[in-house]
Amino acid sequence: MSGTFTKSMARNIFYGGTVFFALLFIALTFDSMQTIPKRDNRANLTPAVVAGKKIWEVNNCIGCHTLLGEGAYFAPELGNVYKRRGPEFIKAWIQSQPTGAPGRRQMPNFHLTEQQLNDLVEFLKYTSEINTANWPPNIEG
Amino acid sequence: MQYSSQSVAKPYFIAAIGLFAGQVLFGLIMGLQYVIGDFLFPAIPFNVARMVHTNLLIVWLLFGFMGAAYYMIPEETETELYSPKLAIAMFWVFLVAGAATILGYLLVPYATLAKFTGNDILETMGREFLEQPLITKVGIVVVALVFLFNLTMTMLRGRKTSISLVLMMGLWGLAVFFLFSFYNPHNLVLDKYFWWWVVHLWVEGVWELILGSLLAFVLIKVTGVDREVIEKWLYVIITLTLITGIIGTGHHYFWIGTPEYWQWWGSVFSALEPIPFFAMTVFAFNMVNRRRREHPNKAATLWALGTGVMSFLGAGVWGFLHTLAPVNYYTHGTQITAAHGHMAFYGAYAMVVLCIISYAMPILRGRAANSEKSQVMEMWAFWLMTVAMVFITLFLTAAGILQVWLQRYSSTPIPFMAAQDQVAIFYWLREGAGLMFLTGLVVYIISFFVGGESKARTA
Repeated sequence: MSGTFTKSMARNIFYGGTVFFALLFIALTFDSMQTIPKRDNRANLTPAVVAGKKIWEVNNCIGCHTLLGEGAYFAPELGNVYKRRGPEFIKAWIQSQPTGAPGRRQMPNFHLTEQQLNDLVEFLKYTSEINTANWPPNIEG
Repeated sequence: MQYSSQSVAKPYFIAAIGLFAGQVLFGLIMGLQYVIGDFLFPAIPFNVARMVHTNLLIVWLLFGFMGAAYYMIPEETETELYSPKLAIAMFWVFLVAGAATILGYLLVPYATLAKFTGNDILETMGREFLEQPLITKVGIVVVALVFLFNLTMTMLRGRKTSISLVLMMGLWGLAVFFLFSFYNPHNLVLDKYFWWWVVHLWVEGVWELILGSLLAFVLIKVTGVDREVIEKWLYVIITLTLITGIIGTGHHYFWIGTPEYWQWWGSVFSALEPIPFFAMTVFAFNMVNRRRREHPNKAATLWALGTGVMSFLGAGVWGFLHTLAPVNYYTHGTQITAAHGHMAFYGAYAMVVLCIISYAMPILRGRAANSEKSQVMEMWAFWLMTVAMVFITLFLTAAGILQVWLQRYSSTPIPFMAAQDQVAIFYWLREGAGLMFLTGLVVYIISFFVGGESKARTA
């Protein structure tokens, strides 16, 4: 840092640079909002999916699982679980928890009704049909 | 202590350390659940332990930031705090709200907690790191606004230094971006898109302004280097941070249904994100080498240098490791992410808070620095915790690489749980390193109670 580069120059570059890149980010966000409808499977955003998302949230599923790779890394990825396991398996699995197998990771039983299970499956189906640029690499998630 | 109102920082620092201890304990519980799956089940299921672990982290860092601001702003502005009473009142509000929230997680099923705390009015819960009930989120906003009001009023009537300006920008940014936690669209892609406006724009954006200003403040104090020089560095660092970090948000937009051009924007800009952290390391070492005084607080200097190095390794190097889209395609959402998260949070944010505590706490207790004996203990704690975190990160990285190979990359991918069984040895090793971290933390806490001849009292 030589004497010719002063603090006020650094400060001006900070403000200018920050404003420029913040505006660029906002512009990219506007463009994304135009493109996302082609990828986000919003046509299938039914009331059941909306209800299912709430069930996903109020049971803190993200506290163990990932969904499209985001969440906790303790239990399997569920963004593509609908394709991996199918609706009936998912429902039976949730209902049969916890397994109680000694030493194995345990999932609580959330006492979901048949209706809630169906909504949750609808949410997972909707999620599995989002265009994720071919992620995950294979069906195991 | 130059201004008596700086003393409000003390309870904030004490609370921060207490909650930090809680975070580490729950981390150890989770670490054990990784290998003994039914440990403490059903009393504390993994998801509950994780919520407590991550939320305690956020809350103790916020306590640390607030304590730091209450300590720094009067000294920087050369005036007493606008309202010390308000600061103490908000301390208790935040502590009680935080404790109640954690107890809610532990004692009530999450769905019940959601039902009785207004989640049906505005659905904000059940998203990673933003699990807090609606009333807690509103409480956080209230505490943050009162806190910012108090400090902004202080600043308006005092000297306006670059360090205090950058700190206030960071803190205002923290509050403003938190508002996105109230926006939870039904559309999962949009939900995730704007969820990152809290999470990424916090930790890879405005929090780095806070980090930079805390570090700059401590470096001025312990090295005696000219403020002009240090503040120039600070501006350079935060410039690099924001011009890489804002568009760098794109590295989270690879696989969540967002346009694919983000793979380019995200990869290129986030690949540059290590640069500001490298600059921070060079900055810290440079300033200490050019020091014009021998400050008696050696421990605080060690934390300052440690913050530079560990944030570069954790946030910079371990971030870069999996930030390029073709790599991230395989590593996204694996133990690689966990490895990066641990070292980055510790190296950048935990360490800078421990740094300001190390510098300020002796002064708040009426001395320039702790006794030799106490400082030696604190430095032992530094090395134990830091080396333990290096090992935690290395073991998780090893687990992650194997996981990627077994579950994602090989020609015969195996299911998630089968892969987890294969890498269990690394989880055991990580738990061992976690115990070492706990040992360091215990030594750290004991160091506050070690007496001996302390260094000159300050005014």
